[in-house]
Amino acid sequence: MRPASRLNDQTPAALLLVGPALVGLLLFVLLPFLFALLTAFTNLRLGSPLPLEFVELKQFTRIFNDPAFRQALANNLLFALVVVPLQTALALGLALLLNQGLRGTAIYRTLFFMPVVFPMSLVAVVWILIYAPGPSGMMNNLLDLLSFGQWQPRDFLRDPLLALPAIMLLSIWQGAGFQMVILLAGLQAIPHELDEAAALDGAGRWQRFLHVTLPQLKNPLIFVMLITTILAFRLFDQAQIMTRGGPDNATTTVMYEMVETAFTRQQVARASAMTVVFFLLVLGVTWLQRRLVRQTREVE
Amino acid sequence: MILSYALLSVLALLFLAPVMMMLAGSLKPDERVLTEAGTLAGFIPDQASLQNYTDVFTRTDFLGFLINSLFITGTIVICGLLVNALAAYAFARLHWRGRDLLFNLVLALMILPLESIAIPLFYGVSLLGLRDTYLAQILPFIANAFSIYLFYSFFIGLPRELEEAARLDDASTLRIFFSIILPNSKPVFASVAILSFLMWWGAYLWPLMVTIGPEVRPLPVAIAAFYTLPPPQWGDILAFGVMMVTPVLLVFLLFQRWFVRGVAASGIKG
Repeated sequence: MRPASRLNDQTPAALLLVGPALVGLLLFVLLPFLFALLTAFTNLRLGSPLPLEFVELKQFTRIFNDPAFRQALANNLLFALVVVPLQTALALGLALLLNQGLRGTAIYRTLFFMPVVFPMSLVAVVWILIYAPGPSGMMNNLLDLLSFGQWQPRDFLRDPLLALPAIMLLSIWQGAGFQMVILLAGLQAIPHELDEAAALDGAGRWQRFLHVTLPQLKNPLIFVMLITTILAFRLFDQAQIMTRGGPDNATTTVMYEMVETAFTRQQVARASAMTVVFFLLVLGVTWLQRRLVRQTREVE
Repeated sequence: MILSYALLSVLALLFLAPVMMMLAGSLKPDERVLTEAGTLAGFIPDQASLQNYTDVFTRTDFLGFLINSLFITGTIVICGLLVNALAAYAFARLHWRGRDLLFNLVLALMILPLESIAIPLFYGVSLLGLRDTYLAQILPFIANAFSIYLFYSFFIGLPRELEEAARLDDASTLRIFFSIILPNSKPVFASVAILSFLMWWGAYLWPLMVTIGPEVRPLPVAIAAFYTLPPPQWGDILAFGVMMVTPVLLVFLLFQRWFVRGVAASGIKG
């Protein structure tokens, strides 16, 4: 072997550097995932006297025939359909307001971002108090004020129609600041000349927003919508703390069902099948985002 | 401009209201928290007492939970910085066989959120008898594909010349990393540290699954348990919440620039 090539061969050093991270990822990410993938097609159940068997797609047909799991999927979907557009619109609005170079912008930015550092479990507990039933509850009072006394006090978290929207609202409160910061960085990356040129051409404010700002902001927008969608599918903390998935499964989620199945009922295989469904949802959303981003790049 | 300020102020009030209510309620006698929550007194206490705060310490082991949270999150963040930055450095700046293949594997693993591995990981931990330990809450989360990706994106943009002088001096790879790469990469270290801190400080699902007793329980699980502790005393619960969020809030206010940059950095490459 030539000494020069031995000097340039960085393989041993590199393996040493990536070793710990790679072992960690294989052992604690890839291996558990493959385990879930495999067991989803078996009848594995902790403490079960039945022999381990390959049951093909039985677990999947079972969970899709389970009304609670179907409700969970519908809830996650509804949550994503409502929260993603609302939260993104709010975050975009905040980012645009803060991007005008007004004095005091930093203070407002701090306020809007602050809920992001609040752990979700704390947020959930505090909002239980906000949603307290009876006329003295904060939310009931606010709605009473806004409706000039027309509002009938409700027990938000025990009302099948209001429980999920109640959880949506606090999730938006907690997460909008995160998106706002990403969109604000996107806005600040847009060259001023573009906007000025459009203004010189006589484009109005709204036109400039629609034809200059928005196209330039497309990738950050797609990104924040992607992470919010994935967060919507990961929904768990709020449902577990505030409503236990109730009332009547009105706030149950895929994650909540999965944990219940694995924990309370020890049905490993069934929970694994739910894991696989959850993963496919995340994969689908991510694939969609990659496609959308690629499209923009091709257009450019 | 006036319209912008008006809009900003209304929104700021709405964002601030739950925080104000928490703070005000934590200073009031328990029985008045609920009854005054909707009135102005719910946000501005007319009298303040620290009784709820002392109650928290007598009714529950707040300090123990705080130490658990600090230890678990701190270890994940610090070990994570080292392990993931070293790996990213090898992927970004060294030439070796199998590099592209393994890096693609890391990118593919990025798509797997904790939720999609939580159940099998939980059974693994149970089988090994590691439930209710610090180890089960720390070790699986040190290596992180997204952190590697963030470091990689930064390291790949550093100029070649940085390392060349050191290479001629025959410095070891590790020395180059610590004496040249690290000092030039402070922003990315701050970003990764803040993102993983935010993620693990508030983590709920995993510690809820693996902890049984209060010994190694972190704050997010502890406050949910404290909330269900009879009799329900809202003043105490809110005081617990204020104490739980204050350290993070202080760090946030002091290093705000880095928080904002860190979060923004997660989105730029998207």
